[in-house]
Amino acid sequence: MSVSTSPRPAGLAPAPAPFLDVRDLRVHFPTEDGLVSAVDGVSFTLEKGRTLGIVGESGSGKSVTSLALLGLHKGTRAQVSGEIWLEGRELVALPETEMRALRGRTVSMIFQDPLSALHPFFTVGSQIAEAYRVHHKVSKKEARDRAVEMLRRVGIPQPERRVRDYPHQFSGGMRQRAMIAMSLVCDPALLIADEPTTALDVTVQAQILDLIRDLREEFGSAVVIITHDLGVVSDVADDILVMYGGRRIEYGTSREVLTQPQHPYTWGLLQSMPHLTGDVGERLNPIPGTPPSPINRPDGCSFHPRCACKGWVPQGRCTVERPELRPVAGAAGHFTACHLTDAARQEIRGGTGLTEERGTGTTRAAR
Amino acid sequence: MTAADERKHAVSTTQPLTGRTTDRPAGENLLEVRGLHKHFPLRQGIIFQRRVGAVRAVDGIDFSVGPGESLGLVGESGCGKSTTGRLITRLLEPTGGSVVFDGEDITHQPAARMARARRNLQMIFQDPYSSLNPRHTVGTIIETPMRLGGVNPPQGHKKRAQELLETVGLNPEHYNRYPDEFSGGQRQRIGVARALALRPKLIVADEPVSALDVSIQAQVVNLLQDLQREFGIAFVFIAHDLAVVRHFSERVAVMYLGKIVEVADRESLYTRPRHPYTHALLSAVPEADPDAMRRRERIRLAGDVPSPIDPPSGCRFRTRCWKARDRCAAEEPPLLRADGSAAGHLTACHFPEEPSVRARAEDIVLDPALAGPEGKS
Repeated sequence: MSVSTSPRPAGLAPAPAPFLDVRDLRVHFPTEDGLVSAVDGVSFTLEKGRTLGIVGESGSGKSVTSLALLGLHKGTRAQVSGEIWLEGRELVALPETEMRALRGRTVSMIFQDPLSALHPFFTVGSQIAEAYRVHHKVSKKEARDRAVEMLRRVGIPQPERRVRDYPHQFSGGMRQRAMIAMSLVCDPALLIADEPTTALDVTVQAQILDLIRDLREEFGSAVVIITHDLGVVSDVADDILVMYGGRRIEYGTSREVLTQPQHPYTWGLLQSMPHLTGDVGERLNPIPGTPPSPINRPDGCSFHPRCACKGWVPQGRCTVERPELRPVAGAAGHFTACHLTDAARQEIRGGTGLTEERGTGTTRAAR
Repeated sequence: MTAADERKHAVSTTQPLTGRTTDRPAGENLLEVRGLHKHFPLRQGIIFQRRVGAVRAVDGIDFSVGPGESLGLVGESGCGKSTTGRLITRLLEPTGGSVVFDGEDITHQPAARMARARRNLQMIFQDPYSSLNPRHTVGTIIETPMRLGGVNPPQGHKKRAQELLETVGLNPEHYNRYPDEFSGGQRQRIGVARALALRPKLIVADEPVSALDVSIQAQVVNLLQDLQREFGIAFVFIAHDLAVVRHFSERVAVMYLGKIVEVADRESLYTRPRHPYTHALLSAVPEADPDAMRRRERIRLAGDVPSPIDPPSGCRFRTRCWKARDRCAAEEPPLLRADGSAAGHLTACHFPEEPSVRARAEDIVLDPALAGPEGKS
C-alpha cells in the first residue's frame, strides 16, 4: 500500500514492526442473495499501551473486523483475505489449533452482551478459572485464587463470596466486570472490546470505561474498542477509525478526528448528536437516508447517496470512482477517503454551505 | 390476593403528597399524576401462592404535564420510568394514587371507557420491530386506532392514513407494504403515524429513539419535534439518554428507584442540578468533544442501584451518595424547592448541591471498596 497505515507522524520513529498490523482485511460472506462484503479492505496499526476506537453504524463492518482479529471466522463460510500481523505472526493463515493457543491468552475479547457471553450453568468463578487453566498448567485451587484476584481487580465487592455466584446473580454492570475479568485473566497483549458499554447505564458505563483505561495502563495492553458512540471513543481512545459500508473513511488521532473531522459522514455523525450544553433551540442535523445494504453497495463512494457535499465534486466523480484513503494536508497522521478538495472542504466548513444544503427538510427525506 | 387487596396495601404506604411540580393550577394541566404507585407482587409457593413482598417499581410519584408541553423522564434502567409511562396509558393497572387526564380520572377506569380516553392519549414504543404486527400492512396498522376509536375522517380511512404517512416522511404509496419491508427508522415513523392517527393531546414516547442508529436517531427526534410544534401535542418523553431528553423536553424529571428525585425546567436542571444523583448522572455522560471532556468534573458512583424489592430507608440514593449522613437514613427527603433554586425546580434531598455551576473543581471518585454489601442487595 502506498498510504501509511499509521495515524501517527511518519517521521516520529523508524518503528520496527508495529504490535498489531492489519493490512487490507476483507471479509466476505456468500449468501443466497449474493456476496455480502462486510469488510472491504481495512488496514490499521496499533501499538502496545494505546487504544484504537472503531466507530460506525450497524452494518459498517466493525464487529466483523473484531471477530477476524480473534480468528473467529475460521471454520465458517466467511471468506477472509488480507493480513493480520500480531507480534510478527500472521493470523489470517494461522491454523485453528495455533489460533486457539493465542485466543484468550494473547488476544482476548469483551463482548457486548455479558448475559449471553457468560454460561448460565456454571459459576462465574469456574468460568474465569477455566479460561486460565486452558493456557496455564496450574491446579484448580490456584486457578480459583486467580479468579478471585481478577474479580477483586475489576472492582467486584467481596470477591471470595461472589466467585461462587452464577451469572444471573450479578447485576448488568457486575456481569460486564466479570466478563472483563475473564478476558484479562491471562494478561492478554491485545484486548478487543466490542460495544462493551452499549447495554449499560451511563453511571455504570463510566465505571467500566475507567476500568478499561486503568487496566490498559497497568498491563500495557493494546486495546481496540468498537462502538457507535462518539462520546465513548472521545473518552478512552487515542486513535479513531471511522468505518462506513465496510471501508475506512477517516482515520487519525482522537483529537484530530473529533475536532478537525474531514469526511462529510463524520461531520454528519457529530452534527446529529444532541449535546449536554449549548443551544437547545438548534435543530439536529441528521444524515438523510439509511446505511447502504451490504449486498448492493453503491458504486463509487458508498456514502454518496446520503452525502450533501457531492455537489462540490465536479463531474459526479463520487458516483463512479471510489475515493482512496489520503493524508489530510497540514495534519500529520490524519487520513480521509473523500473526493472533496481541501479548498472545498474549507469553504464548506467555514461557510454555511453545509447547513443550508442539509437543513431543509432532511427529516422528510424518505428513502 | 385480589386487585382490591393490593390497592388497599398500596394506599396504606402512600407518602403524603409532596410539592407541586408546576405553578399551573390543577385544572389547567392536561395530565395530573398524584401519589402514583405500582407494586408488582412477589409470590412464593406452587399451589397456595403467598405474597412474600413486592417490587416497588413506582413508589409514589407526582407530576403534571400542561397542554402542548414536553416532560422528559430520565433515569437508569429499573428506576420505574417505563412503568410510569405504562401506568399513564393504563397498559398497567396502578396499585395506588391517581392519574387525571384531560379533567377525567382514568386511574381505574374500565376498559370500555378507557378506549375513549385513549383517543387523546397515545403511545410510541421503544422497539420498532416488536411493536408493529408483521401480518398487517402499514395501512391497516395506521387505520386500526381510527376504527377502534370510532373515528371516521371525512376523507376516509385510507386517505387519512396516506396523509399520515406523508406527515411522518414516508411515501404514501407504501400503504400496502408490510413492516418487514422497512428499516428501523422507517418503522419507528410508522409507529409515530399510528400514534398520530387520532390527533391525540398527549403522546407517551417510551425510549422512541434508543433502538436506532445515531444518524437515524436525529431524524426521528426532529420529526417528533416538528409534530409537537405543528399540532401542539404534549409529550411524556421517556429516555435514558440525557442529551436527547435535554434536546426534546422543556421540563425534565429525574427518577431513581421508583421516586422522582428532581424535577425542573431543562436549563435549570442541566446547568444547576441540586440533587447529587442528577449531578453524578450528568457528569457520567461522555461527550464527543475532547476539550469539554477534559474541563468537566467527574463523579464516579460506586456500586449498583439497590433492589426495588427492599429499597433503602430514608433517601433511596443514600447508599451511593457521597454526602449521606444519619439523617438521610432516618428521614425520607420530600420533593421541595431548595434554597436558591429557580421557581419550579424541586429537589428531594436533605443536603442539596450548591446552586452555582461547577461548584467543585476536583474529581469525586468513590472508592469501590466502600460499595460493600449495601451497594447491592
